[in-house]
Amino acid sequence: MSSSTPAPQDPVHSESFLASLMRRQLQLSVACAAAFLIVLLGLPLANYYAPELMATRVAGFTLSWLILGVVFFPVVWVISYVFIKRSIGLEEAEVRQVENERKG
Amino acid sequence: MGTTSFLLAVVDSGGVDGWIVAFSAITVIVTLWMGFRAAKTSKTASDFFVAGRSVSVGWNASAISGEYLSAASFMGIAGMVMSSGYDALWYPVCYACGYLFLLLFIAGPLRRFGAYTIPDFAEGRFDSPLFRKIAVCFVLFIGFFYTMPQMKGAGVTLAYIFPSLPYWAGVVLVGGVITLNVALGGMKGITLVQAFQYWIKMFAISVPIFVVMAVYGGYGAHIGANKTVVENAAPIVEVTRQPLTEKAPRDEVWVAPFGPLTTKAVNAAAKAMPEEERAVFLAEKQKSYSLLYTYSLIIALVCGTAGLPHILVRFYTNPDGGAAKRTTMWVMILIGVFYVFPPVFGVLGRNLLPELYAGLGAKGTDKIVLELPRLIAEKYGVLGSILSGITCAGAFAAFMSTFSGLLVSMTGALAHDVYGRILRPQSTAEQRLRAFKFSAVLIGGVAVLLGCFVEPLEINFMVGQAFAIAAASYFPLLFMSVWWRGMTMKGAATGMLAGGLCALIAATVTNLATLSLDPGPMGKLFAGFKGMNDFWATHPLLRILCEQPAIWAVPLAIVLMVIVSKLTSKDVPSDVRMKMLVLHAPEKLGLKQEYIQEHQAGLGH
Repeated sequence: MSSSTPAPQDPVHSESFLASLMRRQLQLSVACAAAFLIVLLGLPLANYYAPELMATRVAGFTLSWLILGVVFFPVVWVISYVFIKRSIGLEEAEVRQVENERKG
Repeated sequence: MGTTSFLLAVVDSGGVDGWIVAFSAITVIVTLWMGFRAAKTSKTASDFFVAGRSVSVGWNASAISGEYLSAASFMGIAGMVMSSGYDALWYPVCYACGYLFLLLFIAGPLRRFGAYTIPDFAEGRFDSPLFRKIAVCFVLFIGFFYTMPQMKGAGVTLAYIFPSLPYWAGVVLVGGVITLNVALGGMKGITLVQAFQYWIKMFAISVPIFVVMAVYGGYGAHIGANKTVVENAAPIVEVTRQPLTEKAPRDEVWVAPFGPLTTKAVNAAAKAMPEEERAVFLAEKQKSYSLLYTYSLIIALVCGTAGLPHILVRFYTNPDGGAAKRTTMWVMILIGVFYVFPPVFGVLGRNLLPELYAGLGAKGTDKIVLELPRLIAEKYGVLGSILSGITCAGAFAAFMSTFSGLLVSMTGALAHDVYGRILRPQSTAEQRLRAFKFSAVLIGGVAVLLGCFVEPLEINFMVGQAFAIAAASYFPLLFMSVWWRGMTMKGAATGMLAGGLCALIAATVTNLATLSLDPGPMGKLFAGFKGMNDFWATHPLLRILCEQPAIWAVPLAIVLMVIVSKLTSKDVPSDVRMKMLVLHAPEKLGLKQEYIQEHQAGLGH
């Protein structure tokens, strides 16, 4: 797109802005994904290495059944709630930062 | 006149419950009425594709959930939990949690980029109309895999309501009605209908099971009636169990992880061995292969959710990125609550209706959701029919909404991409609208035809396969294109094609081999694939990798994308920084408009 490289002084188009933007967003996403994956990928391992523990009865359910069939959903809601809060906050901070730089 | 007398003959032939017919008929009629009503108000082509992009968070969240909760969720999960036990629980959990991945990595950037469909994104991100053509194929591949189980749901439900109706008749009837609805209403009608149908499904899955639990004992009590391998007797004995039939899995394998679903391949291999080698082989391989199966399934379902074309298209119907995120939050709550219930049907069904284990195809465990509430009739008469009528209405809502959603996105791909962009770029709005209607009828017809073949396959399993294909094609494409600047069109296309086609082939081979074992007509039709099962009996690992291809196909796609992109790094789009800004910078900064102007100037329009 040779025609119009927009005003180079605009901080939005600097390499450092894009890099920090992507880095901060990815950090947040990866942190939330890690919390989720530990639970998701950990459960089969727990079933594999500690079958007796996971077969403990809780109100008729086996522990493993209770975790997977019921408890898992609220855990995921909490993770996604945290992510949405933080990512909306992140966007607002980015907009403020750009506006300040444009003024200053 | 001919059809009316045919229907009357079916109704007269006995075994038809008036309540069930009434509830199902009301669901169908209301769905159709809403579709026709919307047809009057949706006029422009943009209305047909993404509902003019103005759908509120509440409506959109209900509509996404309504579309997502398919026949697999409504009927298939319950059937699979009943037939396979604990391992089948991964399906509802990952169906719900896959949304988190979509939210974390893909939903926001894709919404900011603003394109109608995934092929739009593929073209825009790499400035390549060729790539659009490649990407469009997968909308259709994934879509057809996903429509097959919906069609089976339709066949099973109608065969349950009208016991004398053959399976295929239900498929043809329901497929025809929905195709007509989509051809006349488009997406705008669908959003309304989908949202409405979420609430039908939620009501239909929860109310009957609470009544059944009140009469026959709770969720925990019925699991407690199954003893584990470390127990001598079941801990909870207050629920009455019917004696298990011959084909039912034993308590201790059913209630524990690594049960019949994930150990099928190893067990089949053991059966083919000399008796003295079996014990050693099973001890060595059974659990570890089962773990591999579980992980591959998890990858397919979690990554696959993030790559489902008919779900992604809905993110564009939100007014802005913040609303898209709030929508996803609500979707996860709505579907999470829903997914607690289907396994309960499976658990209670095992203890109360074990005779279904012996049934085949439309008469097997896949119909437990419809059959279980009828037990109430033994004690409370007509209430049982009413409750069964409600779950039938829910099943109708399930396959009708998902099938229409799929039909819209597949028709969109064919009309908007193949016709509007590739075949006739100069076509008028009116011609495009006609192309939309024609495509809807064409795709609906193919889906019905495919649906007639799949009676012996489990509903839930087939949906899992559609997820595996999406996980190996669209997920790597979207994930890598959003987060990695070095991606080139050639890299993206190679990875997506290799991963997606491998998964597609693996899924097809698995299904053909399963069909060849069917004792009915399908077994004869596909008898040529019997040899596959003998081969797998000596190579259980290969069978698992073929049945659940995600664990190798997803990494394969990503690795190929990286390697080919590195090799063709001179082809990275020259304005990639601007594209990345549009994908990641907050919408308030207005980069999108800037990008469009710049892009059009550059292309010389």
